[in-house]
Amino acid sequence: MSKEVIKVNNLGMRFNLMEKKVDNFKEYAIKFLKREIRYQEFWALKDISFSVNEGERLGILGLNGAGKSTLLKIIAGVLKPSEGSILTKGKIVPLLELGAGFDGQYTGAENIYLYGAVLGYPKDFINEKYDEIVEFSELKDFINVPVKNYSSGMKARLGFSIATVMDPDVLILDEVLSVGDAKFRKKSEKRILDLFDKGVTVLFVSHSVEQVRRICNTAVILDKGELVAHGPVDEICDLYNEKYIEEVKAKAKKKKKKKKKDPASEDK
Amino acid sequence: MERVFKNFKKYRYLLFELTKKNIKLKYRRSYLGIFWTLLEPILTTIVLTLVFTKFRGNSDVSFPVYILTGRLLYAFFAGSTKMAMKSIRSNSGMIKKVYVPKYIYPLSNVLSTYITFLISLVVLFAAMFIFKIYPSKYIFNMVIPLLQLLILSLGVGLILATLAVFFRDMEYLWGVALMMIMYTSAIFYDAAKVGSQWIFKYNPIYHIIVNFRNSVFGSPLDMEALLISTIYSFASLFIGVLVFYKKQDKFILNI
Repeated sequence: MSKEVIKVNNLGMRFNLMEKKVDNFKEYAIKFLKREIRYQEFWALKDISFSVNEGERLGILGLNGAGKSTLLKIIAGVLKPSEGSILTKGKIVPLLELGAGFDGQYTGAENIYLYGAVLGYPKDFINEKYDEIVEFSELKDFINVPVKNYSSGMKARLGFSIATVMDPDVLILDEVLSVGDAKFRKKSEKRILDLFDKGVTVLFVSHSVEQVRRICNTAVILDKGELVAHGPVDEICDLYNEKYIEEVKAKAKKKKKKKKKDPASEDK
Repeated sequence: MERVFKNFKKYRYLLFELTKKNIKLKYRRSYLGIFWTLLEPILTTIVLTLVFTKFRGNSDVSFPVYILTGRLLYAFFAGSTKMAMKSIRSNSGMIKKVYVPKYIYPLSNVLSTYITFLISLVVLFAAMFIFKIYPSKYIFNMVIPLLQLLILSLGVGLILATLAVFFRDMEYLWGVALMMIMYTSAIFYDAAKVGSQWIFKYNPIYHIIVNFRNSVFGSPLDMEALLISTIYSFASLFIGVLVFYKKQDKFILNI
């Protein structure tokens, strides 16, 4: 059971922020001649080390800008870290928000094959899973309609079905568990729980501490690019509530008080 | 190297799917569909023939075939390099979310254009029979310039795709460069009748067209043109692969 699927060692991610985005020759040449190309170093992640075992469900908590999405992108293999190393095993499937990556002109059926191919599956495998995907997404009557005519709920359902039916080893969920109507949401949460029984490893990012508690068994807290805590989910969630949520609430209260004192700012 | 090969094997179905998608979507929702691949060169050749025979007084009967050979090859080069150049940016949504080998995008664009190009060669063969230019044993030589053209387009496409990620201007600059290449490729005039010959020396497309025409009109390959176009195509592929691999990890920060 304790096989490591993801191992992250001293991971660091540096971005060079150009003070102004330069993407054409003219600006670049002018700035270059004037020696105005300055970079501002920004470490989105600093010295992160942890490992995830097979079947573990890791929640990633943190305020906006803490580096959660950057971390997920590095794990998904999209970003290369500036420092440190990362080892992953098995098939990592990110669940994209609202069908990003679908081709609008392609029909639902064609998109299933395209999307499957993007995730690196061979054709036979997609053929095998095709019926299950269509059935689970409840899009049987619309499967030959171009995706651009789908509603956003339909797109999300299709994306969710493809990602979860194909038996991933590691599933990356980035604040996406609120797709479709209440009925489909229930179904998708059940689907995720079924995957848990099969021993899938999950990385889950959410701002809802309750959801993390329900789905995960371990959690980490990221703060300004640094790993502050790593442990069992309840412990971490309590800590997070205490340290961050309360702090935010306290700030909000202060603001409210200020507002009351200063009626001029009320109409803002 | 082995890793690259393994990765390619894993994603070859994606390459196939993307190539298929490009071809399928190109003509979807048009009434004539894939027939446009054939119809488009026929129509442009008619226009060019009319312009250059009626207005300029070119009396050669096989002139339409001459135009067609040049235009088909140039149109492929222009189309595939343009698509490859834009491929990284137009697939940015995907690249930002899921890992796939990035060269798949320019490669699939060049391949899909190549397939429609090969289909459009049917028009050329039809025109050859209409204008009574019957193929000789040299017709099989045409495989060589056609392969060179594919390699050259892929190489140039990779270079452009890399540049276009960092500099949007490339898309406009390349349009101008393509115009220059078109006018110096001797598509609708005879190169021998032009004063400054040096201008053709530097144009790889011209040399590829020369050998393609030799095969169609029944003469052996021109060795000098063959050498120049071979050097150009492999050099561009080498440089293309090199810059693409060196810069591909930075793509995501710029799209």
